[in-house]
Amino acid sequence: MKKEIIISGFGGQGGLAIGKNLAEAGMDEGLNVTWAPSYGPEMRGGTANCSVVLSDKPIGSPVFAHPTELIALNEPSLTKFEEGVQSGGTVFVNCDVVTDKVQRPDLTAYYIPCAKIAEEVGNPKVGNMVMLGAYVAATKLLKPDTIERMIQEMFAGPKAKFIPLNIEAFRRGMACVQ
Amino acid sequence: MEKELWKGNEAIAEAAIRAGCNCFFGYPITPQSEVPEYMSVHLPQAGGVFVQSESEVAAINMVYGAAGAGMRAMTSSSSPGISLKQEGITYLAGAELPAVIINCMRGGPGLGTIQPGQGDYYQATRGGGNGDYRTVVLAPSNVQETVDFVQEAFDIADLYRNPVMVVCDGLIGQMMEPIEWRPIPKRALPAKDWAANGRRGRESHNIITSIFLDAEECSDHNDHLTAKYAEMEEKEVRWEEVQCEDAEIVITAYGTPARIALTALETLRSEGIKAGLFRPITLWPFPEKALHALAGKPHVKAILDVEMSTTGQMLDDVRLAVEGQRPISYLGRAGGVMPTVEEMIESARKALKEVK
Repeated sequence: MKKEIIISGFGGQGGLAIGKNLAEAGMDEGLNVTWAPSYGPEMRGGTANCSVVLSDKPIGSPVFAHPTELIALNEPSLTKFEEGVQSGGTVFVNCDVVTDKVQRPDLTAYYIPCAKIAEEVGNPKVGNMVMLGAYVAATKLLKPDTIERMIQEMFAGPKAKFIPLNIEAFRRGMACVQ
Repeated sequence: MEKELWKGNEAIAEAAIRAGCNCFFGYPITPQSEVPEYMSVHLPQAGGVFVQSESEVAAINMVYGAAGAGMRAMTSSSSPGISLKQEGITYLAGAELPAVIINCMRGGPGLGTIQPGQGDYYQATRGGGNGDYRTVVLAPSNVQETVDFVQEAFDIADLYRNPVMVVCDGLIGQMMEPIEWRPIPKRALPAKDWAANGRRGRESHNIITSIFLDAEECSDHNDHLTAKYAEMEEKEVRWEEVQCEDAEIVITAYGTPARIALTALETLRSEGIKAGLFRPITLWPFPEKALHALAGKPHVKAILDVEMSTTGQMLDDVRLAVEGQRPISYLGRAGGVMPTVEEMIESARKALKEVK
């Protein structure tokens, strides 16, 4: 088993954090993981992306041209990366921001209204947790419990008030693909 | 032991603190700025001294001063900043001062790009400063090795009283990977009774200098240094061989391209092509004898050197080691672009086709 995931969006949408969460959860479940960010000038306002590998074998290259999954949080990300996705791969589209549809018939597409759900949950900042939920539910690779435990650890202490909000966003994201 | 997810640059800084680094001098530059950033917070907490210097030149000379006083001193930078430090590095070597220098390499020449590069191989292994000197150059290819090597680098520096470089590239500095803070083999180190830290009952002051105006004296000093470098060549050389036992095509690569090569090996092997990886871990001393021996084995048909450099820098050392026993091809990408798995596979196929 080897997943090569690209997560891409505007700086501030939480794409790099989705990647870190996947890597952290993968590590918790005993997988080998790498997380490699783009760190160019695009971080300041343009499109930022990261490459995540989750594998049950030791990982060679942490970067790749053909992801098994693409998470596109904005339009330019879908335009840039759709072509490279492996045949039979999956694309997760943040459909509140991206109006285009996935063009290739050999890919599975999920359209997740991250911003709308985040708004309903009560904070526009948790849109990325909605997407994380959708990824976890669709790929069934990582246990939802692992992610929820991580959320609890992430917001320990004075930030504990953010835990229910993030867990709710994560669960609503999961529900989108079930 | 519990695994922790660490970003390369932050792990470098934490590893140095754990190794007893008590003086850090640096200046921010992408893609290594997280090293001084982490140090600025955590080194003072550990009782050490952090100074953000006014320039890279100042930082390396602060390292000279601190090392001369017997401290465990380190500086870090990325390619253009490392160029600025070269004068200080030759002075450290000349004055026989232990220090650790991190180069998180980016694309050049000049200011180049902030994306990963390996164009500083010559500079690191040949000495970018003046005079006859060598520095041990450790080249990790993942975050675990990076934290291990940074910790070991301080011991190697102290043992030989010589600067040690750890060169990674921008990708290793920026990426996150699980690591374990495993125990590092400690070396028996001599006392720093040469340090300029007060008389401490000695009859005279210790003097730290790289100037020996009398030619005979300077010649003797060079002979002494050369003997030391010979000992390092004998004792410090390191490399890794992956699936080389039956390899027809041997890829030589270090750092990030060596990891990319591991993925290329999987595909090549699945196609029935017997491919292996020879990875120098110390760029100086270069594992010359090991590569020479491998290249001479009857199953090896060709060598493919891969670097993030278009001119081919390690390629010179590969040629010197192989000594014409086998044909050597080259795949190089620079300017912040990394060689891809697909390019490596294609180059390996082509190299083999040419000899069959």
